[in-house]
Amino acid sequence: MTLDVEDLSVSFPAGPVLEGVSLSLARGEIVGLTGSSGAGKSLLAEALAGALPPGAVRTGRIAVDGEPAGPGAVALAPQRLDALDPLAPVGRQIGRFARLCNRRADPSGALASVGLPAGAARLYPHELSGGMARRALLATALATGADWIVADEPTVGLDEEAGGRVLSVLARLAASGRGVIVISHDLVGLARIASRVVILRGGRHVETAPAGAFAQGGTALREAFTRQLWQAQPALARPGGEAAC
Amino acid sequence: MNAWLPALVAGRLLRLAWLLPLAATGLFVLISMAPIDPVQAYVGGRTSQIGPEQREAIAAAWGLDRPAPERFASWLGRLVQGDLGRSITFNAPVLQVIAARLPASLALVGSAFALSFVLGTLLGLVAGATRGRWPDRVIRTIAVVLAASPGFWIAILLVALFAVGLGWLPACCAAPPGRLDSEVALADRWRHMVLPVVTLSVVGLAPLVLHTRQSLIAFLDGPAARHLAAHGARPLHLAFGPGLRHAAGVALTLHLAGAGELFGGSVLAEAVFAWPGLGQATVRAATGADAPLLMGIGLATLLFVFAGNLLADIAARLADPRLRRAA
Repeated sequence: MTLDVEDLSVSFPAGPVLEGVSLSLARGEIVGLTGSSGAGKSLLAEALAGALPPGAVRTGRIAVDGEPAGPGAVALAPQRLDALDPLAPVGRQIGRFARLCNRRADPSGALASVGLPAGAARLYPHELSGGMARRALLATALATGADWIVADEPTVGLDEEAGGRVLSVLARLAASGRGVIVISHDLVGLARIASRVVILRGGRHVETAPAGAFAQGGTALREAFTRQLWQAQPALARPGGEAAC
Repeated sequence: MNAWLPALVAGRLLRLAWLLPLAATGLFVLISMAPIDPVQAYVGGRTSQIGPEQREAIAAAWGLDRPAPERFASWLGRLVQGDLGRSITFNAPVLQVIAARLPASLALVGSAFALSFVLGTLLGLVAGATRGRWPDRVIRTIAVVLAASPGFWIAILLVALFAVGLGWLPACCAAPPGRLDSEVALADRWRHMVLPVVTLSVVGLAPLVLHTRQSLIAFLDGPAARHLAAHGARPLHLAFGPGLRHAAGVALTLHLAGAGELFGGSVLAEAVFAWPGLGQATVRAATGADAPLLMGIGLATLLFVFAGNLLADIAARLADPRLRRAA
């Protein structure tokens, strides 16, 4: 089973923001998506989930196994933590997403899938740590039962340990047969868990680099922009990288 | 889990402990400065029959011949013992006048409170969920027209239309005049309540509709609603589902905090509809310079507003758990 995005463009009255982006994703696979700020990564995530902002017009094709993707085929875990309703306990929110997709609510199961204890269902968002909130957002996306998950900046604002836990959860989701797109500025983390990384710049596709291309200082990367992005990552974090001192 | 509740109530009661004497002093000063002479108000048209000695005797009987601070100290002393004094206009203990008239006022204010809350929240939710479309435009127009209409004018319109013109509803009193309390059927009581309750509810409706609409729109435009909408939730579902707590919580808090305005509005509604409640008694006490009754009603109103504000604080914390930490 594959999710294919072909020649996807999104325009606003003021002009196009995404132009001719294509990518594909198999079940069980993680594909990374990165690029400079304002490249259109979050807009691509919203387009995949069918939740574009008012005034946006989409062209191009999103298909699952060659058929146009229906509503709810792709679930989105948004970037903003305040996407969790501040006035509802986490368990109730997970239930809402399940019911929207006509599924039985199973907050404990969804929480267990993202490594959170069942007791987290009773907590309100302001009672969660940043890492727990990120995983709770992932749980809301999982509750929809979608086979394809887009996680928008799931590690932003987290320390290395909490970010690592979220990435492990994403790897587990892929291992359980879901296709996962991870949007992140953390190219090192993406190279670690994704099979391929799609690079965007100014709303256009730059290249799709296999994870292996980031080894040995990124010399195998095709595009100069991708190499620049890779070089801009903290040296100590890069595999094979060395500290300046 | 609800540890915030006793702390909140204790804090507010402490505030009431200094608010009550302060309010009583303020009330007494205001009433003492009123340009109405209670003896003259009592004597009324019989001025020629009552001489200066009799006037002095009346003033002495009411304690008006003593200096104001002394009168206040003696009133305060009796208040501590639970005695609010004796009403001049009703010729009965103040406590008894208030106890007899409070149920009628509470029935009026309570019914108006419930009706305007249900109607205002419902209309606000529909307006917010259909933003920019015709239901929203119709509801907003009605709310703005109501906000700009004085309560007494609405009352007169309602009386002219439903009581005088169509003859469907009575324009006066809590029961048909001339009948004993035991002879009045429940349906009759309900019919007499309709116009005063509707008048009083309409006065507080507009702000409720507009606040509920705005709170819902703030939620619908926020990331939490967008996350739900991305997975298929429609505006009406969001409004009456997750959005309800966002919009109705704020509405209930505002509505409870505005209980004082509702009580103030009831003075007007009771005067127009000759409703035998505290509002009507307030008007009579004010025109008759009935200081003990005015003081009693003033303190009862303070307690009513205090209870409204306390309930508003509790409602806000029940609706939004983030506020509980600050309690």
